[in-house]
Amino acid sequence: MNESLLRELVPAVIGVLVRRGADFAAAEDAVQDALVEAVRAWPEDPPRDAKGWLVTVAWRKFLDAARADASRRRREELVEAEPVPDPVEAVDDTLALYFLCAHPSLTPASAVALTLRAVGGLTTRQIAQAYLVPEATMAQRISRAKRTVSGVRFDQPGDVATVLRVLYLVFNEGYSGDVDLAAEAIRLTRQLAARTDHEEVAGLLALMLLHHARRPARTGPDGRLVPLAEQDRSRWNTRLIAEGVDILQTALARDRLGEFQAQAAIAALHADAPTAEETDWVQIVEWYDELVRLTDSPVARLNRAVAVGEADGARAGLAALAGLDPALPRHAAVAAYLHERDGDPVTAARLYAEAARSAPNIPERDHLTRQAARLNAQLRS
Amino acid sequence: MAKYLLLKHYRGAPAPVNDVPMDQWTPEEVDAHMRYMSDFAARLEATGEFVDGQALSPEGTFVRYDGEGRPPVTDGPFAETKDLIAGWMVIDVETYERALELAGELSAAPGAGGRPIHEWLEVRPFYGVRATTTG
Repeated sequence: MNESLLRELVPAVIGVLVRRGADFAAAEDAVQDALVEAVRAWPEDPPRDAKGWLVTVAWRKFLDAARADASRRRREELVEAEPVPDPVEAVDDTLALYFLCAHPSLTPASAVALTLRAVGGLTTRQIAQAYLVPEATMAQRISRAKRTVSGVRFDQPGDVATVLRVLYLVFNEGYSGDVDLAAEAIRLTRQLAARTDHEEVAGLLALMLLHHARRPARTGPDGRLVPLAEQDRSRWNTRLIAEGVDILQTALARDRLGEFQAQAAIAALHADAPTAEETDWVQIVEWYDELVRLTDSPVARLNRAVAVGEADGARAGLAALAGLDPALPRHAAVAAYLHERDGDPVTAARLYAEAARSAPNIPERDHLTRQAARLNAQLRS
Repeated sequence: MAKYLLLKHYRGAPAPVNDVPMDQWTPEEVDAHMRYMSDFAARLEATGEFVDGQALSPEGTFVRYDGEGRPPVTDGPFAETKDLIAGWMVIDVETYERALELAGELSAAPGAGGRPIHEWLEVRPFYGVRATTTG
């Protein structure tokens, strides 16, 4: 049985139910029940029209649930009095679901969970595994999220920026267990890109593809971090890189720059360099200037300092770093790197050790500890 | 089978014998240490004695309710004198003796100069789960 086909049908089926009068939360539950039924029944008796089958079964599940629920009796009567309309194919329900799941009334974590279930068609168990929390915890989180948006009108146009942020959150979780969230985020962003004509959707898709293309080279055998300059570039996925660059160029041609396009442009310049030494740092600095202009983000300024260090020398990088808040994540690591390149291994070693203490994850902490150890060993000999 | 929590401490335990901060080791010593820890966990997974393990970040704060309508009292980040937990591993073993044996082995991870770091580990049984005490 084709599980990815099933997942792709989920948002459309939810959409049909909602258009027939089910509220979002009830429709979502009914479709999940229908999915379970499909997994059980399809291997022996595959339907000719998969979507039609799911709609029929989900609608029956919805009616069963509505009947069982006394408080819903009034709505049930209302629904049954109306003739069941045909699915409205002209309206793209999937798109509406994206916006609903990224509704501003939801916390980012809830928006992510709801998107993975309602748009992505993942089961609660799969989402729980991806986030390393018990299934019951995730079930609670999802049903609370559904209650939050159940009064929201379905066809309201939403904010693309919010939807993109949610998808980028999914991508950055990236745990690879039963479900690879990075791959899932790419699949959903592809779906979104096919339905909307928006340059930042293309920008985000390009960015994800370009990052994803480098993933096999980013960690070594025992899970240790391999920095960009030391990565084995033959392990980068050239097909994904070519696709990402292509999508990015089409988006940039529209001349409506946004932060995802700028980030993708930086990623493309890295992906384009045959060796680390041949990286076009001057152009990367220019893109960071754009990114800083667009976002005014201190993280973008920090990354810009690294690029300036490569383009114009470590001293210029340190000058770009001056004035930034030392409490910024990875500030010490960047300062350590620039000081080492500036020929000050004593300061660099101290800063690497400091950076290791506040590293956000274990591979990064171990990497920074090794950097400090490397310099200290050099200094002793 | 009984579950035990092996607690690694940043501070608060007696000073270990081989007490050199990790950034003063050579990169090879750091690698050997990391490999020892991950091999240890992998081996316990193979024997079915590994339950879970996590590293904890060094920041921590004590928090206490301070009465209706008042913000909670916090104490932290920790001062030097306070005990702080670096990480933990939960094992599920036949006997208390086995838990001690494994904690001893984990404590012998190599450090500076390739010699064991003699790290202090706290071994705590899970409440209400009795292990067989042999001998």
